[in-house]
Amino acid sequence: MTAIDRQRLSKNQLLGLYRQMHLIREFERECERQYTRGHIKGFLHVYSGEEAIAVGAISTLEPQDYVVTHYRDHGHALARGVSSKDIMAELFGKATGCSKGRGGSMHLFDASKNFMGGYAIVGGQLPVATGLALASQYRGENRIALCFMGDGALNEGEFHEAMNLAAIWKLPVIFFCENNLYGMGAPASTTLIMHQEIYRMAAAYGIPGAEVDGNDVLAVRELMLEVVQRVRGGQGPYFIEAKTYRLRGHSIADPANYRPPEEVSYWQSRDPVPRFKEWLLAEGQASQAEIDQVGASVEQEIVAAAQFAESSPFPQPQDLHKWVYEEGQA
Amino acid sequence: MAIISYREAVSQALREALEEDHRFFLMGEDIGPYGGSFAVTRGFWEEFGPERVKDSPLSESAIVGAGVGAAMAGLRPMVEIMTINFSLLAIDQIVNHAAKIRYMSGGQFSVPLCIRTVTGAGASVGATHSQSFEGWYASVPGLHVVVPSTPKDALGLFRSCRELMDPVIFVEHILLYGARGEVPDGPFKIPLGQAEVKRLGRDVTIVTFSRMVHVCLAAAEQLAVEGIQVEVVDLRTLRPLDMETVVHSVRKTRHALVVEEAPKQGGFGAEIASQVQHLAFDYLDGPVERVAGEEVPIPYSMPLERLAIPDPERVARAIRAQLGR
Repeated sequence: MTAIDRQRLSKNQLLGLYRQMHLIREFERECERQYTRGHIKGFLHVYSGEEAIAVGAISTLEPQDYVVTHYRDHGHALARGVSSKDIMAELFGKATGCSKGRGGSMHLFDASKNFMGGYAIVGGQLPVATGLALASQYRGENRIALCFMGDGALNEGEFHEAMNLAAIWKLPVIFFCENNLYGMGAPASTTLIMHQEIYRMAAAYGIPGAEVDGNDVLAVRELMLEVVQRVRGGQGPYFIEAKTYRLRGHSIADPANYRPPEEVSYWQSRDPVPRFKEWLLAEGQASQAEIDQVGASVEQEIVAAAQFAESSPFPQPQDLHKWVYEEGQA
Repeated sequence: MAIISYREAVSQALREALEEDHRFFLMGEDIGPYGGSFAVTRGFWEEFGPERVKDSPLSESAIVGAGVGAAMAGLRPMVEIMTINFSLLAIDQIVNHAAKIRYMSGGQFSVPLCIRTVTGAGASVGATHSQSFEGWYASVPGLHVVVPSTPKDALGLFRSCRELMDPVIFVEHILLYGARGEVPDGPFKIPLGQAEVKRLGRDVTIVTFSRMVHVCLAAAEQLAVEGIQVEVVDLRTLRPLDMETVVHSVRKTRHALVVEEAPKQGGFGAEIASQVQHLAFDYLDGPVERVAGEEVPIPYSMPLERLAIPDPERVARAIRAQLGR
């Protein structure tokens, strides 16, 4: 039985997954262009190369579930359905942005999607996700929290604290490690003793762990479907490691010269977006015309997002102090 | 009007929250069967159950962070950090997340989280357990910092904290738990950002907070015998900060002394001194003076520890010098 049979995915759903992946890739390309044009400031960490994870994993959630992530968060936001216009406007620092221009690339939020934020202090999002899961358990709801982290986060104390807390209280949270082999410029092989089998670290906390090919959207989805069911069923937290690769540097300022060319070309050959596209074509799940149509619609969406961002107003100077506290509080 | 201890006041405040609103719950280290390090939650675990009185692992960052997440989801977590010294292990969650999520999300999310903790020196527990970091937290926009000195203030301020939609650091002083005082009957509340004149006087204004209020009141007693009338202003909250009450007092007395327990350099008293000279310069008959902790880790040995933090004699000496008497 193939993955699509097991997942009961229609052709339309498959094409939908592809569209999201392609959208993320093109969105990140546009971000790099807009950064060069000076419209996007500060840090910019693109998600290119890791699309299969956000798209595969988030596609298995229900709308009431919580998504919490790290600073490389554009892909997760897009996969959760946060509007590309709102994200681009946020990156431009505009009042129409998904965080009203107060967050920026690393701090995307969208309450309407239960997208609980990008967290830019490595590991800081794990306790927060644990608390969201705690709220669900406390109120007897069946919502779960999905918490993304990079491999770098595993060396933070907050990882250990949150894993133990989630386990001891049996909280409905999925800890999802995107192992892209580097914590900024440092290879995990020099910083994390368990770098080859990160998922096995979960066992130390009594949490089941599994690994998956993070560049295979259907594999990610398939594992997540099983894990979501289990976690929603009250069996406690779960840990997933997905091996993947940043096709770009840590941030826009990083040419990633520290990576051996043969490693880069190996991972380029496993690029999740063309890989999925070729699979769709080879399996007859999509025609070239349909793929082209996706390409055209994504292009249109990106152009519209950039136009919206550019034409949107900056926040008003008199609103500098808005939202530090609840309205009416000093 | 009942006379209760500071411990009983905090305990009552927590009990009211738990009884009146199911969204409130407690998380902290040894707050369960043990009853809390300072016995504030004694009997709670038995009464409210382990789901609402959650005994947590020794993981300050995880429990504050879990409080942040639960608050974002609409609950009202009340987290106990055993002492403010240990809050440093949770400072990422407090400063980087709790204090900023409303702002960074453009107002989409609130963090109505109350973090109770214990500050102060004087208990012979050594340098790592005797610090006063409330002034640090008072420098963070997005936080509320509450520093009650009496049972009445503790209860009344906590009742106001319960209604806030933003994070609060509620700082209890380690030496005040046994202090007793009058507490009005009925559901009175004390709003944040309202200092209180704890003693009226015409010669000099002392601006202070937390346990130093009592040190300053003792100094005022001594000085009264000498004919010096000291006014003592208790800030009660450091953020929001009520400078109006301070300035009102200074305009009358024309002299200001700021007293705090933390080391002087970079202390919160410097902020008060700066604002007083800015807001009331023309009314001052001399420089704003300060009495604060020594520039030293708090020593264990009791005679040394006494030297490291302000006491009534030091405060009285400073005032005599300030007034040239």
